Amino acid sequence: MRLILNVWRQKGPREPGRFVRYEVNNADREMSMLECLDVLNEQLIEKDEEPVAFEHDCREGICGACGFMINGVPHGPQRATTVCQLTMRHFKDGDELTLEPWRAAAFSLIKDLIVDRRALDRIVASGGYISVATGNAPEANSIPVAKELADRAMDAAACIGCGACVAACPNAAAALFTGAKISHLGFLPQGQAERDIRALRMITQMNLEDFGSCTNIGECTAACPKEIALDVIGRMNRDYLVATARHRNDVITTIRPYTDWSTGSRP
Amino acid sequence: MELNAHIPSGPIEHAWEKARFEMKLVNPANKRRHAIIVVGSGLAGASAAASLGELGYHVACFCFQDSPRRAHSIAAQGGINAAKNYQNDGDSVYRLFYDTVKGGDFRAREGNVFRLAQISLEIIDQCVAQGVPFAREYGGALTNRSFGGAQVSRTFYARGQTGQQLLLGAYQALERQVLAGQVDMYPRTEMLDLIVIDGKARGIVARNLVTGEVNCHLADAVVLATGGYGNVYYLSTNAKGSNATAIWRAHKRGALFANPCFTQIHPTCIPVSGDYQSKLTLMSESLRNDGRIWVPLRKGDKRPPDQIPEIERDYYLERRYPSFGNLVPRDVASRNAKQVCDEGRGVGETGLGVYLDFADAIQRLSEHVIAERYSNLFEMYERITGENPYRTPMRIYPAIHYTMGGLWVDYRLMSNVPGLFVLGEANFSDHGANRLGASALMQGLSDGYFIIPYTIGNYIASNKLDGIPDSHPEVRGVEASVAQYVEKLLSIRGKRSVDSFHRQLGKLVWDYCGMSRTASGLERAIGEIRELREEYWRDVKVLGSAADLNQSLEKACRVADFFELAELMCIDALHRNESCGGHFREEYQTEDGEALRDDKHFSYVAAWGFNGAGNAPELVKEPLEFHYVHPSQRSYK
Repeated sequence: MRLILNVWRQKGPREPGRFVRYEVNNADREMSMLECLDVLNEQLIEKDEEPVAFEHDCREGICGACGFMINGVPHGPQRATTVCQLTMRHFKDGDELTLEPWRAAAFSLIKDLIVDRRALDRIVASGGYISVATGNAPEANSIPVAKELADRAMDAAACIGCGACVAACPNAAAALFTGAKISHLGFLPQGQAERDIRALRMITQMNLEDFGSCTNIGECTAACPKEIALDVIGRMNRDYLVATARHRNDVITTIRPYTDWSTGSRP
Repeated sequence: MELNAHIPSGPIEHAWEKARFEMKLVNPANKRRHAIIVVGSGLAGASAAASLGELGYHVACFCFQDSPRRAHSIAAQGGINAAKNYQNDGDSVYRLFYDTVKGGDFRAREGNVFRLAQISLEIIDQCVAQGVPFAREYGGALTNRSFGGAQVSRTFYARGQTGQQLLLGAYQALERQVLAGQVDMYPRTEMLDLIVIDGKARGIVARNLVTGEVNCHLADAVVLATGGYGNVYYLSTNAKGSNATAIWRAHKRGALFANPCFTQIHPTCIPVSGDYQSKLTLMSESLRNDGRIWVPLRKGDKRPPDQIPEIERDYYLERRYPSFGNLVPRDVASRNAKQVCDEGRGVGETGLGVYLDFADAIQRLSEHVIAERYSNLFEMYERITGENPYRTPMRIYPAIHYTMGGLWVDYRLMSNVPGLFVLGEANFSDHGANRLGASALMQGLSDGYFIIPYTIGNYIASNKLDGIPDSHPEVRGVEASVAQYVEKLLSIRGKRSVDSFHRQLGKLVWDYCGMSRTASGLERAIGEIRELREEYWRDVKVLGSAADLNQSLEKACRVADFFELAELMCIDALHRNESCGGHFREEYQTEDGEALRDDKHFSYVAAWGFNGAGNAPELVKEPLEFHYVHPSQRSYK
């Protein structure tokens, strides 16, 4: 099958970007969107043009590396599917697709379809864990967890950190991402000791980054390849409200957002 | 060269305890003066970096992905083994040890495997405390399932996303240490060489994949946890970025590479659909618990599966292995699938596939129960193939999945280069010639959480490690050679893309050093790989520059190393005149087609030393001794 791809090309964050129109004549219905880009890139290399840079790794929908907008929708038209698993059978011969990177102030562009998502790592670093050093753990079955709670924790923990929720949100908020981690740990008995402080820290960090505020639109959950439910945001807000009442004078450590790549996580 | 594995003497049950007691400790106040480099952020790397940071060492952790959470451990589906015996079905540390040694076809070290089985208990405790949402019973206790190659239920799981949840646990622990200032995380940074000074590993040279800068990073010890080399085959279940560069460059700096021909073919992957295919997708082995594997009895039977009556189906695993049935180990299941396809009884367009059928299980247990166990896998299958496995049997075919070989390490996980430690899939240690399902996650976390924190302290406490300035001539030299190497790849400006070479190399290795091997095929492969490598250095086309993000250049560096490694794999496979585990030499099989080991001549670890690309490598043997599990012909009948 034949496809027209309008791909966003931009050499670097400080260079101007533009859409470039490409034709792929030898696409196959069974191919994934990324394999279609592979084919395009081989064509470009043949013509001595630089291939399109796009992020990808596992290509089975779990690592969260891939993702871009297809005709304005994160990861394209298929529900619960990342671009690496989006097969071309969902498109018709002659279709025209517009591919562009996640657009969000917190995700600065690196090249073509690749953006910097380290803001999400910083949100996790600020408190997205249970503080238990190696060796500190009690016998595993000494902490019973009701099946319903374990299942709900798992639902929230399924987030792959791809950033589609941010890209989908008109405010470019990271509420679904942050809410998912707060809910995962908040459902479990192990996560109770730090529940308040976790919400305070993660949300403070989230606010410090260039994410917008959540206005409960729900585009995030519609775009989420793992179908994280909107109620994680409600749980996050509840935890935050309770925590602010209980911990009015706590000093919250945050990480200054950085954009440099050469110094690692130490800005 | 003599290899000393430093396996503690005395009864195996107390060996690890004894070894830990004998290890020297680093004073808590001194730990912060010591820097450790960890390359890789998967289960082994992230758990090591987090645990070492918690102890007070200063850690720098590197990954080529944009975030440490993306390491390929994340894609492990089925589960993690532990000898908890929660199911009261006869499991024990000793049984897990026994199963692993036997499953590895008697080519693993007993001492290492016993320790792994012991530590499995602590891993589950640690992960549960971190909030890993393992599957539970209604009463709140952890639940288990059985897995290929085992007759007890000892596998802990989090739906079909166990690797993801375990990795997120380790990643979160790592991020906690980033906030604490104990770990500096360097994402999008790829190690391209090892710095060895006065015989000790003292740092790495890495390329920043965004800016293209090539820089040195120095430390008191270097830990490689960079995963396996399955991507030599081009098509594998590994992530596209998974590569062997870190371990291969360390090999070229003196680290021995052990058992490179021990590669694992996973029996249940989605079959190839076309030439454009970029990777293969695994369907968890846990599916074999409820799915029945069959092919038509008759050759070339092209009827759709629902029109083939029961009597004209061959449930070949159940027929040949009545006691293990569909749950035989991976190597056995894979070889049998190849065999029936070679006979012309394969299914699907290409004839390279067998059915994995859930109809009986759905009838016995209900669709709801099957959905509860496997829904995410069924959905994934449907997304990729467009077929609904609740109605039509899945089509599966074996694919490269894991590599048991890797850098040689002793009991302390240190390579023969002092100060260079190797963890997880990157080392060769625990799985012998075949890994059992749900054991990779166990090994990665065992190495990272519970072994390296002790053994690296012993190394640091026992060695005087003077500071190395950036200006040291060795450091400058390695840095310059890496920059030169990168420029060389860009300057060839040939006609063929990196991928076209990689595909061709992969096909060669798959055809001659894949599911079955012969001496003549391997000899031929070695010649063809050499020729192709020479062509690569003459004719590869890498566009763009070294001064910014350049994915073709990243691939070009990795593929250059795959060529050299592929040759070593074939050399190792050719020298090992026996069949064991994943290494099946057609010349050495029993009458009914099972692997025929030669314990008299090959009961050793083959550790290879590098002698320059294209030159014959040096073979160093570490004999294997079995005091507890006596080598026998594996039988799953």
